[in-house]
Amino acid sequence: MSSVDVSGLSFTRSLRAGLCALSRRTGPVGQPGIKLTDQASAQICRWSSVTPVVSDHSTGTQPSDAVLVLDSVSRSFGSRPALTDLSLSVPRGSISVLLGPNGAGKTTAIRIITGALPPTSGKVRVFGHDPATDGESVRSRCGVVSAKPALYERLSGRDNMEYSAALYGLNPRTAPIDAAARRFGILPALADKVGGYSTGMKTRLALARAVLHNPDLLLLDEPTSGLDPESSVAVLDLVRSLACDGKTVVMCTHLLLEAEGLADHVVVMHDGTTVVGGAPDDLVHRFFPRSEVVVETLAQLRAEQLASLPGVVQFERGTDATDGTDATVRFEVESPAHIPALVAELVKRGAAVTAVSPFRPTLEDLYFASRGVARGQMIDVRTTPAASANPGTPTNQSGAAA
Amino acid sequence: MSTSKFNIGRARTVCRTDLRQLTQAKDFWVPMAVMGLIFYVVLPFLLLGSLSALGNAAGGSASKVGQVLQVLPQATREAIPDKLPSGKTVTDSARASYALAVYLFASLAVVVPITVGNAVAASAIVGERERGTGEFLAHSPAHESEIYAGKLVASFLPGYLSTLVGFGCYAILVNVIVGPQVGGWFFPTRTWWVLMLWVIPAFIALTLSVVVRVSGRVSSTTAAHQISGLVSIPAVVVSYGLSSQGLAKGIGVTVLAGAFLWFCAAVSLAQGMRRLRRWRLLGVAIDA
Repeated sequence: MSSVDVSGLSFTRSLRAGLCALSRRTGPVGQPGIKLTDQASAQICRWSSVTPVVSDHSTGTQPSDAVLVLDSVSRSFGSRPALTDLSLSVPRGSISVLLGPNGAGKTTAIRIITGALPPTSGKVRVFGHDPATDGESVRSRCGVVSAKPALYERLSGRDNMEYSAALYGLNPRTAPIDAAARRFGILPALADKVGGYSTGMKTRLALARAVLHNPDLLLLDEPTSGLDPESSVAVLDLVRSLACDGKTVVMCTHLLLEAEGLADHVVVMHDGTTVVGGAPDDLVHRFFPRSEVVVETLAQLRAEQLASLPGVVQFERGTDATDGTDATVRFEVESPAHIPALVAELVKRGAAVTAVSPFRPTLEDLYFASRGVARGQMIDVRTTPAASANPGTPTNQSGAAA
Repeated sequence: MSTSKFNIGRARTVCRTDLRQLTQAKDFWVPMAVMGLIFYVVLPFLLLGSLSALGNAAGGSASKVGQVLQVLPQATREAIPDKLPSGKTVTDSARASYALAVYLFASLAVVVPITVGNAVAASAIVGERERGTGEFLAHSPAHESEIYAGKLVASFLPGYLSTLVGFGCYAILVNVIVGPQVGGWFFPTRTWWVLMLWVIPAFIALTLSVVVRVSGRVSSTTAAHQISGLVSIPAVVVSYGLSSQGLAKGIGVTVLAGAFLWFCAAVSLAQGMRRLRRWRLLGVAIDA
């Protein structure tokens, strides 16, 4: 099974350190930041330090700095398989996102990584240790935020933090509880009982608790579950800033937009197994190999205007032209060199072109393409020459018939 | 399962946090305090007070009360004082009150701690799972044996401490009501000291070691309470028998009974520490 890891330095350490320091000055969530947002600065830091490199497990290539390696891991509950042959390699300092619907096995994967749940078969190595036999070494270096915050509601936020500190071998009196709470904007509520917290506050406290012992690996299981959009964005910004601090992050989510712009490494899971995995850019190249361009026009293009356009392999009419006054058409072309000729031909045929922009597949597009799910109606002009007049067989976005 | 060394600090942390939560749970400790009050103060006060009143009453009531003594073994009857230091004879009703205070209330000493301890222990593991906090513990570096031991001590302490406090109140009560009739403060007797400091804690430890294991294996707190009830009923009966026998037969038997119970508790505790599985803290049915 092929997997992708990211490693390598392409910027100097000093530049990275400077950028990270700048990003950390943005202050806690909900408080006024400075010039550079967490998201932007964290992204810069990660771009400066992380470059995607493809490795293939089937060839025996193992990334030298992999923090976490799952090799054909399976887990069943009775006769029901929850994970089947999951393989994953997560390099140090990266953000890996396990993407999949409910029941895909994401939470089970997290539990197996920390050794909370033993695998039925397969090999797990975290920091080079097997969590099943050397769990303490693994768990003491991991910070976990579960889908439910797993907080003691009768205790105060500080009590919860102190409990965690003591379990992770810190002195509760000297542990950096206030600093962690401040970082996540929960310091003012630390003396209150957790039972009175809002969902967002609980998640922030759970995040603060997870980083209290300065873990090397953060495992976040749907950390924005139940949060309002503002809190979700804040939490994701914090995840970026943690990666900026050199932490390795593995995050589970079924929300595709969450992973957008966050992940160095995406693993699409379904029914307990990996559908596809890799760096988002690599996956885009794999599933969207040809150049695509979106042409916006003032009015819907007529069938004859779309017929036999130069270099076009497939096209899809946009669905946003409800009133017929303007429209978009996405063209897949054989090469970028055909785009000027394509636009010129459209104009020549009377199309009022208002904008031409490259089509950038979102993670959502990638997710559905990797799962072979047809979205929209790409019409292949090579196999259905008359398709422009009468839209024919829909195909998925990787070009295969659905 | 990992084979790391037992970290007593982490076990203490688990225990301390459980106790801290318990102190915040008024809905738990208020009913338990009321129960202790009923068993250690209200019931003895009513029974001993009534007995004293009957003994002081004119007519045949006093002799009827004295018949209570006939149900006691010979050795026990001989242990009950029959003369005051002043040389005055102790009345039958006073001797009956003494017998009641020393021998017949033995069950009280075990009902309360086992009930209180069971209430905590039954939800020790399954409660974490139901609240979702088991996920935190499962991902923490705490070893299963540390979690088990911490939970066990956290359920042992409230039961045993409530018993010691209740026992203190009971001792004051019986000495105040019965003491003047039998020549001064007489309770606790030497055997009762052994019972309270040696036998009863062993019995609580044994029962709770089983209940915490049960808590790790059932699917809900309700089921854990049902099963712990089944465990505690025979436990109370056996404990009552042992306590009564110990009180009747003397210190030697009581010490031996305690030693046997401690041995059983240690074996059960060791098994419980070994057999708790981390995934039991999670909401998964691994062997479904």
